[in-house]
Amino acid sequence: MALDSSAKRVFKVVGTRPPRPDGVDKVTGRALYGADVSAPGMLTAHILRSPHAHAEIVSIDTSAAEALEGVKAVVTAADFAVQDDQSLRDIQENCMARTKVLYDGHAIAAVAATSASIARAALKLIKVAYKQLPHVTDVDAAMRPDAPVVQSGRSLETVPAGMSENVTSHCEFGHGDLDAGFAAADLIVERSFTTAATHQGYIEPHACLASMTPDGKADLWCCTQGQYNVRTICAALMGMEASQLRVTASEIGGGFGGKTTVFIEPVALALSRKSGRPVKMVMTRDEVFKATGPTVSSSTDVKIGMTRDGRITAGEAHLRYSGGAFPCGTVDMGAQAAFAAYDMTAVRTLGWNALTNRPKEAAYRAPGAPQAIYAVESVVDELCQKLDLDPLAVRLKNAARKGTRSSYGPTFDDIGLVATLDAVKAHPHYTAPLAPGQGRGLSAGFWFNFGGNTCVSLNVNTDGTVGVTEGNPDIGGSRAAISQMAAEELGIPYDKIRTIIADTSSLGHNDVTDGSRVTFAVGLATIKAAQDAIAKMCSRAAKIWDIDEEAVVWEDGAARPSGPNAGKFPPMSLAEIAAVSFNTGGPIAGHYEYNADGAGVSFGVHLVDVEVDRETGATKVLRYTVFQDAGCAVHPSYVEGQMQGGAVQGIGWALNEEYIYGEDGRLQNAGFLDYRVPVASDLPSIETVILEIPNPGHPYGVRGVGETPIVPPLAALSNAVSRAIGLRLNRLPMSPPRILQALSEG
Amino acid sequence: MRYARPETIEQAAGLLSQEQGVTRILTGGTDVMVQLKAGLVEPALIVDIKHLPGLRSITSEDGGFRIGAAVSGAEMGEHAALRALWPGVVEGAELIGSTQVQGRATMVGNLCNGSPAADAVPGLIAANATARITGPNGTRDCPVADIPAGPGKTTLGKGEIVTSLHLPARPPHSGDAYLRFIPRTEMDIAVVSAAVSLTIDASGTVTAARVALGAVAPTVRLVGPAADAIIGSKLDESALTALAAAASAACSPIDDKRGTIAFRTQVAGVLARRAAQIAYTRAKPTTGASQ
Amino acid sequence: MKSIHVSASVNGDAVEFICAPDESLLDVLRNRLDLTGAKEGCGTGDCGACSVTLNGRLVCSCLVLGAEAEGTEIGTIEGLATGDTLHPLQQSFIDHAALQCGICTPGILVAAKALLEKNPDPSDTEVRYWLAGNLCRCTGYDKIIHAVLDAAKTMRGA
Repeated sequence: MALDSSAKRVFKVVGTRPPRPDGVDKVTGRALYGADVSAPGMLTAHILRSPHAHAEIVSIDTSAAEALEGVKAVVTAADFAVQDDQSLRDIQENCMARTKVLYDGHAIAAVAATSASIARAALKLIKVAYKQLPHVTDVDAAMRPDAPVVQSGRSLETVPAGMSENVTSHCEFGHGDLDAGFAAADLIVERSFTTAATHQGYIEPHACLASMTPDGKADLWCCTQGQYNVRTICAALMGMEASQLRVTASEIGGGFGGKTTVFIEPVALALSRKSGRPVKMVMTRDEVFKATGPTVSSSTDVKIGMTRDGRITAGEAHLRYSGGAFPCGTVDMGAQAAFAAYDMTAVRTLGWNALTNRPKEAAYRAPGAPQAIYAVESVVDELCQKLDLDPLAVRLKNAARKGTRSSYGPTFDDIGLVATLDAVKAHPHYTAPLAPGQGRGLSAGFWFNFGGNTCVSLNVNTDGTVGVTEGNPDIGGSRAAISQMAAEELGIPYDKIRTIIADTSSLGHNDVTDGSRVTFAVGLATIKAAQDAIAKMCSRAAKIWDIDEEAVVWEDGAARPSGPNAGKFPPMSLAEIAAVSFNTGGPIAGHYEYNADGAGVSFGVHLVDVEVDRETGATKVLRYTVFQDAGCAVHPSYVEGQMQGGAVQGIGWALNEEYIYGEDGRLQNAGFLDYRVPVASDLPSIETVILEIPNPGHPYGVRGVGETPIVPPLAALSNAVSRAIGLRLNRLPMSPPRILQALSEG
Repeated sequence: MRYARPETIEQAAGLLSQEQGVTRILTGGTDVMVQLKAGLVEPALIVDIKHLPGLRSITSEDGGFRIGAAVSGAEMGEHAALRALWPGVVEGAELIGSTQVQGRATMVGNLCNGSPAADAVPGLIAANATARITGPNGTRDCPVADIPAGPGKTTLGKGEIVTSLHLPARPPHSGDAYLRFIPRTEMDIAVVSAAVSLTIDASGTVTAARVALGAVAPTVRLVGPAADAIIGSKLDESALTALAAAASAACSPIDDKRGTIAFRTQVAGVLARRAAQIAYTRAKPTTGASQ
Repeated sequence: MKSIHVSASVNGDAVEFICAPDESLLDVLRNRLDLTGAKEGCGTGDCGACSVTLNGRLVCSCLVLGAEAEGTEIGTIEGLATGDTLHPLQQSFIDHAALQCGICTPGILVAAKALLEKNPDPSDTEVRYWLAGNLCRCTGYDKIIHAVLDAAKTMRGA
């Protein structure tokens, strides 16, 4: 849609840093998260999980559990109807295994009882007979023709014949003549890389409270990034209609993509239906690691050709991803993102997804992009080193800009990559001296960002305050940004606006809080809803003044006559119009519903200095700067927060975080002790530089920012460490034993 | 499960020896609670000894200190004289877990949990600390080094309770230090660790030393050859190299999710060397004995 | 299991509760006393989201038995503000945007308050090491550290 894009508009509220509306609740402990509510007569539920990586379920006998005093319901997959839709079937089978368990921790039964200790005791009474099967947890091993087959018959037609049945999809992107491109290169570097699966690591485990009544209606309280998506999935799995199921999103203790789907919610609903009582279910940390949605693990080959003066002539990437035991499309996004930062005459990316006996993947900030861009940016850096070229100059020379045909197809409109690279060049970090044993690394990064289905309702109260009702859980401070945009458009102070997040019964459908879409899409809808309310308020003023509606304009929070010919009337403020609204036609509201497009991509560049202890392989992060194009930073503190938070997750991914599987296919580090996320003392200050190259698709120029920041750190750190030790590394995480091993072999 | 909070040591020892089922002694609880939650242990009885007389005190004794079994790492860190005398022992205790964990965790609990990677133990062994144990057969003292028996195991008998540890007096110009390798800066279990305690003479020559390594064997290893490598030296480069080599040679670690055999073996030498240098700096009269 | 009767003080108020012998203090606070500010992030003392003070000492409430609370004074996030006046740390966190999802915030505030009571003028490094046991996945810690240092300055000056 064409919208006004006021590139250099002077904002009054947008761009400032007001306090967030949920701040006091969160600093006092009053805010209610998923596990913080109870209901009268509530039961507590726990899940029985497979101890095997791969096994047939021969039989399940729940009779002893059901007979235990205090147990009110036991469910298995038999309590869920088989779904026709394949993706719903996958979700249901992931929530509760039907014929096979596909990974260590896969759910097979659940109990609701009058106390947690009775529920746990009941789990021990459930008798399960398994027939263990060979398992595979490594993506390359899973693609071999002789690999144990995780699921049969899941391969799409795009998969070439002769590959293991574990290979479920294949994709290809690119343009140009690769052979000619490589022939024109002065140097070609070809490397292979692997990354381990990581987890979003949100501090709040999944939790829900389900309450179904005998008339078939249900209320579900859960921590989720998308209450409407939860409703759609749970209604389908439970055989309910959408209007019968009201899902309320609690405050959420982190999501990052991992809470965009369901794991325990259908199970809690089924237990509530069977027992006739509310059922509360909270995952333990162990369960979160084993049985929610980590990232894919990856194995990639990248080949890039470059001329002596730094022009990329051709690029090729083969990406092999595994999203666990169910088919996963993330490799498509990785294949599209891999070379997105570059203007390529010849580029090809091929991707495959393979099944492994691991939990079902869920999104984690820019899914698929970190793995692919890690590999590409590492090879670009190696080419720079070998050709003795400045890595920043090479990025600038090859940068995608407005009019570039992207490596994945579309032609870019206004984008901020060059401006971001220029900002890096001008920044003192780039030229600060390095001591021996220290290295500096740089990486560009990218995310598409999305729009999606959005509804906003804006209601004008008679006292001149405004309520904005939107449908997207706030994971990064978006309520503040939404209120700011409403205040800006209406011309009233920020503190007159209160933005709340609706349950599924109170507002139309909203897509999940993901894809960095909320400030963009919900913001745009809020602006449009405000404009709708403004039109109605102008109409009321016209009625009061007895002039034509066209003769009324809205300025600085008030309706005024458009010119001297319209009449001499003092302006009527929003509050004044609202105060008499009952007499001029009734309550005043604006609303907007649409499927947003026009999201702007967000490019980022990260710069990091590290020091490596050559005797132990320990890496210390000395200095870190994040540069990113936000289009328009509505609330700069929360934009900075996304940049810093994503960067630190990327640091953890690069240095220490990984899923470790044993020979038995079981997860060895299902806790925060041995799944090592960064702690405060690991890190320096994360400096941020926000660029604003407006997105033409949004009235204020907003681009999503939440996901891009996790993409550059992987290669930035790998490049920094590689330069510090004088050896290229090609495997993540770069844990100390691996660095020490590389040093002793190098 | 029952929870008991006895008032006297005799009551405590009696409860433990009379219980047929599995028992656990509770001081800080930072290991017991984790094991309870994971279902790794299902005790019939937990005996909380924090309220027994004297177990929460640090008292001077024979030029050294007696530290009650219920003294937390945080309390040890706040005791200036203890820190000054045995900084390496205190830093071992203060590295266990987080600030929150140090508010509860005790050296005795860390010792009796029997992890080969326990942070308090190498320093205690390098210091030649002794444990006072009360049980059904009375009270005995034994070297701390005699208590660990393997991963998760101690030599303590049924009903025996370690009530205190004693750190001896130090000759003048002595120093100790504890270093561990972890992948982050805090919060991890030690991948490999080293504690060195030494004494030097007026000329700066090492006259006595003890070197203990953690997480490289089923129990903490006191490495005689590593100590010998630096005794009689002024910790010059060749002595340090010999120390590191002897430390590495004494390792028989495992490969696990925290580290490899090769890594632990190599880094044990690096840490032993660095710990010796810190202990030496602490021992020198000009720089003072405390950090 | 026979329940245990416990008397303690929470945020200055006398409380009495019964709990199972193997119930943690965290479970008691959340399920028996309706104080849901302390959160269970891991249950194993690795994340700090359950931080409280016990007789003035910063601890993980998931590592303390409810039974051990007998006769103790417990301080939780709910006790930080005085009436309707936020503690300078709480205000500083809001001012510095030092929270995003906020799940770690109660634990970090309790921990930071304990730090400033012990050391009113900590360095950046001292704050980071003190808070190493409080995981935050959203912020990258940066604004949290700024907020703590700024609150410390305010508290020294006031």
